[in-house]
Amino acid sequence: MESILIAEDLRNNFPNAIFETQIHRGQFSSIVAPEPIVEMCRFLKEDYKMNHLNCLTGVDNLSRKGKHFERFEVIYQLYSIEYRVGLRLKAQIKDSEDPSIDSITSLWTGADWLERETFDLLGITFNEHPNLKRILTPEDWEGHPLQKTYKLKGNTEWNGFTKLKEKVKQLKQFDFYSAQEGTHSND
Amino acid sequence: MTESATINVPVAQGNEDKYKLKMGPQHPATHGVLRVDLELDGETITDCDPKVGYLHRGFEKLAEHRTYAQNLVLTDRLDYMAAMANNVGYCEAVEKLLDIQVSNRARFLRVMVCEMARLASHLLWLATHALDIGAMTVFLYAFRERETLMEIFAELCGSRLTNTYTCLGGVRQDVTHEIMRKLDNFINEFPACIEEYETLIDTNRIWLKRTIGVAPVSAEMGLDLCLTGASLRGSGVDYDIRKHVPYAAYDQIDFEVPLGETGDTYARYRCRMEEMRQSNYILRQCIEKMPPGAIVGEDAPDLVMPTTPRKKVTADTSARQGLIKLIEDRDVYMEGDIYVATEVPKGELGFYFISDCKGKPYRMHIRSPSFIHIGALETLGKGVMVADLIAIIGTLDVVLGECDR
Amino acid sequence: MGKMNNDLMQIEDGIKFIPGASALVAPLNKIINWGRAGSIWPATFGLACCAIEMMVAGAATNDLDRFGIIFRASPRQADCLILAGTITKKMAPVVRRVYDQMPEPRYVLAMGSCACTGGVFDTYAVVQGADEFLPVDVYIPGCPPRPEALLEGLIKLQEKIMQEQGRWSQFS
Repeated sequence: MESILIAEDLRNNFPNAIFETQIHRGQFSSIVAPEPIVEMCRFLKEDYKMNHLNCLTGVDNLSRKGKHFERFEVIYQLYSIEYRVGLRLKAQIKDSEDPSIDSITSLWTGADWLERETFDLLGITFNEHPNLKRILTPEDWEGHPLQKTYKLKGNTEWNGFTKLKEKVKQLKQFDFYSAQEGTHSND
Repeated sequence: MTESATINVPVAQGNEDKYKLKMGPQHPATHGVLRVDLELDGETITDCDPKVGYLHRGFEKLAEHRTYAQNLVLTDRLDYMAAMANNVGYCEAVEKLLDIQVSNRARFLRVMVCEMARLASHLLWLATHALDIGAMTVFLYAFRERETLMEIFAELCGSRLTNTYTCLGGVRQDVTHEIMRKLDNFINEFPACIEEYETLIDTNRIWLKRTIGVAPVSAEMGLDLCLTGASLRGSGVDYDIRKHVPYAAYDQIDFEVPLGETGDTYARYRCRMEEMRQSNYILRQCIEKMPPGAIVGEDAPDLVMPTTPRKKVTADTSARQGLIKLIEDRDVYMEGDIYVATEVPKGELGFYFISDCKGKPYRMHIRSPSFIHIGALETLGKGVMVADLIAIIGTLDVVLGECDR
Repeated sequence: MGKMNNDLMQIEDGIKFIPGASALVAPLNKIINWGRAGSIWPATFGLACCAIEMMVAGAATNDLDRFGIIFRASPRQADCLILAGTITKKMAPVVRRVYDQMPEPRYVLAMGSCACTGGVFDTYAVVQGADEFLPVDVYIPGCPPRPEALLEGLIKLQEKIMQEQGRWSQFS
């Protein structure tokens, strides 16, 4: 069993959804349309026993040029433990208000958190996800850090941290040394 | 008479009788800053919601702003129990991305430090897992051996915990006879130490009661939850990347992959103990088979980290600028992406890179085993007692630095 | 009966011994500080990498117990907070809450580069130094500091406690 054959079979089964199959350093990856992603994964999982989901992540393609690249990309790295082959699917998602793709949590329960992470850091919504909330950043965080428009130091300060600093100012009067200074100044 | 003397146990109706318990982030048994929101019916967990992100440091964003050589130091801080294994994982991935050849001696050195890191990590896991379940003595014994390993690390690369031992194309320092002698002493004594731990806990009734049958994971369930490493092998799935996609010198080394059958906490414990024995065996082979030669590959780019760069840096540029300049000069970058996984003590550590012909990665994603294992806690934690949850967190062997990135 | 020697013997700076009466005369500051410096109880609060070195410092090789340093699981029983690791913004309110739960007198040790300055993580998610929201007493540099460095930091804290004046009379 080789990855190239699997990629070919995938193309035969989903002729309209596969744009291109690439090879880089011996690894095969298919650039695919986002709509039939669940069926594709199910096909690979059931027909080729690709029962191990290595990796699921997203990419912001804002400053990256390529023939089929859209603004966002979701990567599915699948691996068959029995046949010892892997294949990568790269689903392209158009730039819009709410970029979205179907969730594959029905196939792998473990994809739950990976999708939540992708949503948190890149802002890609996963349809029919059971619990799509922020996971790594606080729930009232603004922006999605891994988007290319997001600065390394953050675009805005997190609300919770500003509040904490205010609280620290208020509590300072109970601090031993600043309380001492306070009594001296009153005298 | 006894038949009629049944006791009416009030059964919780709806949510009124349930109460919520927030465990963490400051809790001694959560191995860092993990928080678990529990919904309890008496002492039974009806809903388990792990909250992570309390150690989210923005690794992936930071990596996009630093060169490939600079990012290496970040990987130490991922899984700080086994920093060496992370270094190797990162270097293997970047070397495959940039097509850099590694010398054979460096390959063996990498296997050696990887297995030492595995021992250090498993020892820490054993110590804390046993401590959480109530066996204090193992903690002291396991740390004794771990200290020896840490001292060897310190002698090898100057740092105990965050090693940054590898560099792109090889390793940073060669081993000395003194280090090899110390390591040899260690591996001669270590099998007896494993037996010592086993005599401490293997016949301990409390240990057995608290591990056998706790959190059973079937093979299908393990794959469904995307578990890897010993957590998956405890369920009998033969998936070890060292065998499946051999990296470094694992293809030249003989070892077995221990598998469990029952998939419960005890099976995972047995698996890891056997892994320690195998690591010991691998270390012995490393000492015997260590080939002579250079520690950095011939065509490695000139970014040997702190010491002598092999391309001349002009005197007026600072070391830092020189490093960046050198890496951007070299014509090794090809557009493309790659996913390379390595077997770290916790499971499968994968690096997904996208290169866009610049000196910095366009995107670096870290597939961290701990993140996925804590995700599995949501499923495994339902319907167990609170005390068992501690055992489950221990048995999944998570580290929050790697989980939150 | 022999001649009573009524002269007080100075055994240490400020501490005098009354011969024959087995009693000491000393300023209250000295006695309280001595008691405090000899029983620093830190709250177990491992944040990241440095926590491992903190554990090592507490384990058999270095044995913090001989300095009277015993890790407490509850902040209510602790009087020292060792910030061992990176403090993220999400974690900062929790750290502050743990600090607020500790009774006076309380001390803070920032262990490692991340807790001191943010370290290598100059990103959106990391607090650039614990002193942004906590009064830090001792900074221990290193990434991570060796267990010996933590010991040194704790000894420095003891020295600092020994020099305090009237930290028992805040509300008197």
